[in-house]
Amino acid sequence: MSVFRAIVFTAAAAGLCVGLTVTAIQHVGPIPLILKAEVYEKQAEAARQAAPAPEAPAAASAHGQDGGGHNHAGHDHGGHDHAAAAWEPTDGLERNAYTALFNVVEWIGFGLGLAGLLVVARRPASWREGLFWGLGGFAAFALAPGLGLPPELPGAPAAELGARQAWWIGTALATASGLALMALGRSVLLGVLGGLLVVAPHVIGAPQLAEGASAVPDALSRQFTTAVTVTTFISWALLGALTGDFLRRFGGAELKS
Amino acid sequence: MLHQSTVTIPASTSKSTSAVAQALFAVLLGAFIVGFAGFSNIGAVHNAAHDTRHANGFPCH
Repeated sequence: MSVFRAIVFTAAAAGLCVGLTVTAIQHVGPIPLILKAEVYEKQAEAARQAAPAPEAPAAASAHGQDGGGHNHAGHDHGGHDHAAAAWEPTDGLERNAYTALFNVVEWIGFGLGLAGLLVVARRPASWREGLFWGLGGFAAFALAPGLGLPPELPGAPAAELGARQAWWIGTALATASGLALMALGRSVLLGVLGGLLVVAPHVIGAPQLAEGASAVPDALSRQFTTAVTVTTFISWALLGALTGDFLRRFGGAELKS
Repeated sequence: MLHQSTVTIPASTSKSTSAVAQALFAVLLGAFIVGFAGFSNIGAVHNAAHDTRHANGFPCH
């Protein structure tokens, strides 16, 4: 089997297992909190539309206020793109089916990355080796970005999306590279450089709103942060262990050299 | 494996180079998939992946 095929098989099998498992866990952890937050979000939205909202954010005033105050048809609150025009799944089965589907897609994607890097680094494939890499993935793609940008509930105030996505991705990549340098680098200097890469994104700092009242109670947000962090920990640990084990099974002789 | 002679070294080197290339391609493909599911700003994709993004801690909205 070619190396690429072995990686794809590994990632598909591991991603499917993790995606479905994590969907089940999300239904007792984060998702009930998302649904609760949406109740607050909709209340705040309704209140904002009922009042003339002098403190409306720039994005809202740009497309809602200039038609005499009553052209709120299709009006969407600022910075939040459940755009009225875009298709969205209906609540219930359809919405949950898409969540499951995207969880599987997401974790197959992470599985491809993890299995590929295991091969690039020429590490022996085993469940335990994979588990350590999975813990690295958890640190890079959940813990580190979550320090600056805690998992958000719908309705919580947040800085501009593009800036947050850029910081999030930059932090994940810097942390992953930093951990790799510390774990695999052949000199102390590389280890120190790795440490600096892990710290740097937090010195730069995540994009934050100066102020902004949240529609969602703080207690709910804190609960959500815990639920997401624990869920992603399970996902990454499982993805790592399964990827290591499947790669050993599917990889055969090519990957043992 | 340790007693492979020097004759096989060029072959196994090119084989492992190709293995690394294939593995890097898999990593890129994975990054593309994660980017599409977690970071795409297309409205319909955002709405379908909404709960996945929130529940995995990705920036959303």
